[in-house]
Amino acid sequence: MKKAVIVRDYTIPANDFTIAGEASSNVRKILTQLGVSPNVVKRASIAMYEAEINAVIHGKGGNAHVEIDENKIYIVISDEGPGIADLELAMQEGYSTAPDSIREMGFGAGMGLSNMKKHADILDIDTEVNRGTTVHITVYFNSDKKI
Amino acid sequence: MKISEIAQAINGEILTKNHDNELDIKSACSADLMSDVMAFSKENAMLLTGLINPQVVRTAEMMDMKVIVFVRGKKPTESMIELAEEKGIALIATEYPLFEASGRLYEKGIQGSGEN
Ligand SMILES: Nc1ncnc2c1ncn2[C@@H]1O[C@H](COP(=O)(O)OP(=O)(O)OP(=O)(O)O)[C@@H](O)[C@H]1O
Ligand SMILES: [Mg+2]
Repeated sequence: MKKAVIVRDYTIPANDFTIAGEASSNVRKILTQLGVSPNVVKRASIAMYEAEINAVIHGKGGNAHVEIDENKIYIVISDEGPGIADLELAMQEGYSTAPDSIREMGFGAGMGLSNMKKHADILDIDTEVNRGTTVHITVYFNSDKKI
Repeated sequence: MKISEIAQAINGEILTKNHDNELDIKSACSADLMSDVMAFSKENAMLLTGLINPQVVRTAEMMDMKVIVFVRGKKPTESMIELAEEKGIALIATEYPLFEASGRLYEKGIQGSGEN
């Protein structure tokens, strides 16, 4: 029996702090309505929200593409921003290039990428300087990974 | 603690209409940096903060938090209140600074981390 696959696409506007998080919020709602376990909903939405906020504040905005099937949610957040020169460094907790204006908004502690890794079952990041960044997040519905 | 009891303990004003006063809030996290809330807060149902912007409500939503207390007399905007109501999150405003608001609630038994 083949279950329907839910596909959603969202635009993530640049530097718009009022709209940032809309896509993650919508996906969260879909997962909740599907009856996915609260732990999995929380992990998927936190990972996606971190990536969405990064696209807003670092990546000049971008797109979110989401696929949900009976086993998992697969999220792709892509932007055509400046890219990440040293991904290993950027993954370290506390490393951030966010300006003070972002910190005043409550972000820019350098925790986002490591937090994504913590919450996702699979995290893949493709990035190229001056080209942009694409973050792939997979969370399995039956995974018992705890936060 | 119930939402009404929380408000009372910090002389706070409940700004949202449709909160669930049967909810029993057991633990909280106090922070101005939403990055830290997302990285370090585990199962806390309440956030105390001095930060005002829509991402505070979003962060609480993603973290499954049910109550946000805005300290130091700061008031959320109308659109933040609407967003919170839509998500079933209660907003409370208090004149107390972050440390004192946190302390008053801790004294009443709210924990720093736990099972909601
Ligand atoms: N989409 C992106 N485009 C360009 N640079 C990025 C992108 N995402 C992350 N980075 C770079 O990696 C650094 C670390 O990202 P991370 O999400 O861990 O922290 P942050 O966004 O700075 O702060 P926080 O996530 O704690 O609010 C960023 O400061 C930025 O330099
Ligand atoms: Mg980030």
